Amino acid sequence: MTDRGPTLTQRLRARGLDGVTLLVLPCVLAIIALFIYPFLYGLWLSFQPKDGTTMGNYDRFFREPFLYKTIWTTLKISIPVTILNLLLAVPIAFRVRLMKHQRLLTTILVLPITLGTVLVAEGMLFYFGPQGWFSRTVMALGLMDHAPSITHGYWGVFLSLLITGFPFTFLLTLSYVTGIEPALEQAAATLGAGPAARFREIFLPLLLPGLAITFCLSFVQAYSVLPSAILVGDPANTTRVISIAAYQAAFEDYDYSLASAIAMIMGAVQLVVVAAILGARTLVYRGPVAAAKG
Amino acid sequence: MTVGSTKFETLRLEGVKRDFGTFNALRGLDLTIARGEFVALLGPSGCGKTTALNCIAGLLDVTGGRIMLDDTRIDTIRTEERGFGMVFQNYALFPHMTVRRNVGFGLKMRGVPRAEIDRRVEQVIATVRLQGQADKLPGQLSGGQQQRVAIARAIVIEPPLVLMDEPLSNLDAKLRLEMRGEIRRIHQSLGSTTIYVTHDQEEALSLADRIVVLRDGAIRQVGRPDELYAAPAHLDVADFMGYRNRIPGRVTAQDGGRVTISVGETAALIGRPCDGLVDGPAIAMIRPDDLEPTDAAIGIPATVETIEYRGREFHGLARTIANQELHFRSSVSVGRGETIRLGADPARVLIYPGATP
Repeated sequence: MTDRGPTLTQRLRARGLDGVTLLVLPCVLAIIALFIYPFLYGLWLSFQPKDGTTMGNYDRFFREPFLYKTIWTTLKISIPVTILNLLLAVPIAFRVRLMKHQRLLTTILVLPITLGTVLVAEGMLFYFGPQGWFSRTVMALGLMDHAPSITHGYWGVFLSLLITGFPFTFLLTLSYVTGIEPALEQAAATLGAGPAARFREIFLPLLLPGLAITFCLSFVQAYSVLPSAILVGDPANTTRVISIAAYQAAFEDYDYSLASAIAMIMGAVQLVVVAAILGARTLVYRGPVAAAKG
Repeated sequence: MTVGSTKFETLRLEGVKRDFGTFNALRGLDLTIARGEFVALLGPSGCGKTTALNCIAGLLDVTGGRIMLDDTRIDTIRTEERGFGMVFQNYALFPHMTVRRNVGFGLKMRGVPRAEIDRRVEQVIATVRLQGQADKLPGQLSGGQQQRVAIARAIVIEPPLVLMDEPLSNLDAKLRLEMRGEIRRIHQSLGSTTIYVTHDQEEALSLADRIVVLRDGAIRQVGRPDELYAAPAHLDVADFMGYRNRIPGRVTAQDGGRVTISVGETAALIGRPCDGLVDGPAIAMIRPDDLEPTDAAIGIPATVETIEYRGREFHGLARTIANQELHFRSSVSVGRGETIRLGADPARVLIYPGATP
């Protein structure tokens, strides 16, 4: 061997490529097979409408109120739910960070995640339904003379998403809140900042980037609300979300092409919201939230 | 208006206690600090010194006793209303604010007008020699610079009391020495009362007007640096003040200002009795700098294990037959494995009552 500097293996390793890198392959294959290929296939399919044109499906979607209104319906549920979840999660996380038995509480909160949307929706049907405890209590107390219509409507879906989404939002928020170095708050206090000022000047700016991420993830979760929209909602009307439109196109009308187009539009709307939030995130400080290195 | 924005004459800790569950971190601290004083709280980790500082700052509630600023009781008011400046061990700079905004934060919270904030921030940044760094974020600064921002942020509000919690412990040796000078310079130019927590006796000796040695949540000794250095009141204080050689023996003769103890079979040490020593078992404490090879027959025999050259002289480690390590100084080199006799000037030997040898 002549001396020609580092070998190919060494040069590859310097760029982060070695034997271990191969372990990423199964993952890449899975992503291609389960995500990229179906996505591209759906995209292609959406441009093959029954009427033989290219843009026929998209054209139809934005012409028929029955279809395009689902975007608004979906956003009207998912965005308020996400915002309310964050508004609840932040103060609770601030309280919980000081608690001793954090782990117990966290476990209790994780439970609804493991239950899944369907079980929660079913529980709600029994509890909030016309014959449920809630309705009966309300009527027994004479607050209303008929059962309140919480299930099978907007508020049913809203509540169901709030319940299933909150633990997720809360746990993410808690990790961001506890990640902030406690000495920063103490330092602010010694400098004369009261609780409100400490939140405004120290915590909020440091939390914003994390809250933006939390918002995006929680929003994506709430956005693809199919089971609860059908089970505890009013799927023909006020909670006819975009995923229902896609489902009906695919499995009731057997128009896979239109269903694909709806799915693509659904993805695009979601992307616009997430991109807007992440774009706004670049405007705030995103560095480390602990005190700088010693 | 915060309490601390008024000038004061004395800060008094009256029987201050702090318990964490069943653990007593502070067991009734009594201490009076006069205006303008630089007081160091010195002690090993876990002695309660940071707890004491946090109680004064209001970051921890006291569980007994009270803290008085002249005639005002301050332990019951909130941190933000005390108005003391504090420098944290990890600096606790706000990572999302520039140096300028970090330093101006306390003034902003006090509702000082914008123009005056700018003027005072500029001034204090010059005091800590950070001109040109004012618009950087803390993450872009070196450890020493961050440390200076932390000091600037604490002193710009012109607090009557500055609290410092091991501010130099995260710096390297050279920077630590430099910042020590800086802290002394700033203290002298502002005349602010300072309470400085450290576990480094050298730092305490060089900075403080008065040192408070703490141990297990109680005060062991209070005194000027020279007093503590020359005459530690207790064995553990001596240990902490750099008396590294701890030689057990038994009192054989007592003569006013001098006491003689026997060490092992043949050797003896003469020194000053301390902490009420009268008779019985005793422990002699000697600094490595004061223990030297001697020709006297009563010198302690020991075998040299290591010897290192330290510029003007040699520092050695020897072991006695009783398997006791002795650190000593020597003006000439001695061979490893050689057996020598070690002794010290009686004025430099402190003898405390001790357990049986």
